[in-house]
Amino acid sequence: MSDILLPLLVTIPLTLAVFPLLFGLRFKNAGWPIALGGSLAVTAMASLLTAEIYTAETTDGQRFIHEMAGYPAPYGIELVGDGLSTLIALLIGVVSVAVLIYGRTTGPQSNAFYSGYLLLTGGLLGMALTGDLFNLFVFLEIVGLVTYALVASDDSGMAAYGALKYLFLGTVGASLYLIGVGYALVATGTLNMLDLQSTLAEIGYTDPLVQASFGFILIGLLLKIAVFPLHTWQPDAYTYAPDTVSAYISALVSTTAAYALIRISYDVFTVDFFAANPLITDAVVLVASISIVVGSLLAAMQTEIKRVFAYSSVAQFGMIVVAIGLNSQTALFGAVIHLVGHGLMKATLFMGAGVLSTAYGATTVSDYAGLAKRAPISAGAMAVTGLALVGIPPSVGILGKWYIALGAVESGSWSVAIVIFISTLLTLIYVARIIETLYFNAPTETSHEEATASESVDRVAISDSPVTDGGHTNQVAVERIAVVAILAVSTVVLFASVDLFATLLDPVFGRFF
Amino acid sequence: MTDLVSLLTTRHAYVLFVLLSTIGLYMLIANQNLVKKIIGLNMFQTGVFLFFVTSAYRVGGSAPILEGGPYVSPLPQVIVLTAIVVGISLTAVGLALTIRLYNEYGTLRADALREVIGDE
Repeated sequence: MSDILLPLLVTIPLTLAVFPLLFGLRFKNAGWPIALGGSLAVTAMASLLTAEIYTAETTDGQRFIHEMAGYPAPYGIELVGDGLSTLIALLIGVVSVAVLIYGRTTGPQSNAFYSGYLLLTGGLLGMALTGDLFNLFVFLEIVGLVTYALVASDDSGMAAYGALKYLFLGTVGASLYLIGVGYALVATGTLNMLDLQSTLAEIGYTDPLVQASFGFILIGLLLKIAVFPLHTWQPDAYTYAPDTVSAYISALVSTTAAYALIRISYDVFTVDFFAANPLITDAVVLVASISIVVGSLLAAMQTEIKRVFAYSSVAQFGMIVVAIGLNSQTALFGAVIHLVGHGLMKATLFMGAGVLSTAYGATTVSDYAGLAKRAPISAGAMAVTGLALVGIPPSVGILGKWYIALGAVESGSWSVAIVIFISTLLTLIYVARIIETLYFNAPTETSHEEATASESVDRVAISDSPVTDGGHTNQVAVERIAVVAILAVSTVVLFASVDLFATLLDPVFGRFF
Repeated sequence: MTDLVSLLTTRHAYVLFVLLSTIGLYMLIANQNLVKKIIGLNMFQTGVFLFFVTSAYRVGGSAPILEGGPYVSPLPQVIVLTAIVVGISLTAVGLALTIRLYNEYGTLRADALREVIGDE
């Protein structure tokens, strides 16, 4: 019965995406309630599915398969819900509800925006649940297309520039992925993930066609995940996008791409492929390690808050990719926790930055001086989440990093453990700088010389807006601060969730390893 | 030498796939004009489509409609159809963004845009 939830999870947001535009013809504000309804439905169904898998006693009950339109497996397209994919689906649901509530009074308000929002949610869920390589490409492109449009939904020319850069690199990534899928199809004649698992094994993992197939898929997805040196689209896209969009895509888009890489690496190519091709795993670990260090360094060098967090994502995803290359169950367990944890943490940080920038026009680290006194809740939430990102216990940040480092040590890759340690120190540098400025620096008078043209434009815009409460501070809707605070608390509370993750993931990893 | 000749005579479609995609990719990276970048992107994708269509080909195959005889593989062709739709949507979004950039900054050159926006 529950397998019917799988197609519903994908089709409900995709179908609902039509309605904001349709009802928008008659009602001006139809978009937000429809999008919220869709996101709540997704969250409810994903929770139901997760609960069912969590309480299932047999291994059969921990894995749902739905054959689309009733065509059986190798010919039709399957949707697969197991512990791993429902976890990602649940994350997508929770973050999309949170971002919608946060964005009720801010960000783009047009009905077209909410249509795009629902399309993106549906595309992400499709990526999380599909069991077919080509279907994954289609959802990857749906997600890509909508993300480019949403990044550009800010009116500035810079947003269009960031979106176009993202479009060029994202399309190359998706096309490289498609070439990889083509090679796998030529080698085996099938696209179903489970079917490929056995047919690829028959062909042999050292076959050049199979190796090339994995290589293209890997590079294509690394581009989408934004691992150094393929990350150049990501800081621009995150910085120039409206605050709500930055929070949403930083939490979910790269995350589902990383999930897809985990799924393809371990479900399609399997650990035996990695064992047969040590060079490939070494290359993955090397690239990801460089990404961790360089991403952290670049983050520590930035002055703009959103750029700090954007480069920090490059480093954090490096950690997840390193865990994929380590070929260790413990590290992969850590990677999945970090995937979920990082999504929540980045959503919180970007939303917190959005609150402070609406309220005080603060967009750089130095603008944050003394803001903790004026905005105690938002500043506190950002400080807590920042420390979680560093990996101070108790937080979800330490869990992920701990298991990845533990897996590295277990498999004898001391260098990776050292790289993670160095990156933790570098993360501490940029987080501590933000916290120090927030709490201990005296507030600077806003009349400092370097008030640029854009800042004065901001001030004009603020004094025009109806919610000004005098001066140049701007009222922020209560629910925006509440969402940030709740998410910040969740990053701490999830520290106690190892058992939950273990129950959900053990059966999946049992098949992988 | 004979290897090269036999490669060109029997595997020319694959050679064309490699040429088209690398030329397209080079154009996307090296050309500074945004519209030409989009054309390069299209060429790159067309190369990939050619690879799929070629992989479906078989000597003497007919369209896969049930009437006997060997058929060409229908699956890659369906894939290419879908991928063409995706490619057209991408081109449309890309051109729309290019028009917005042109209206805003009055240029189509990527290097000029980088200078105006101050992108490192």
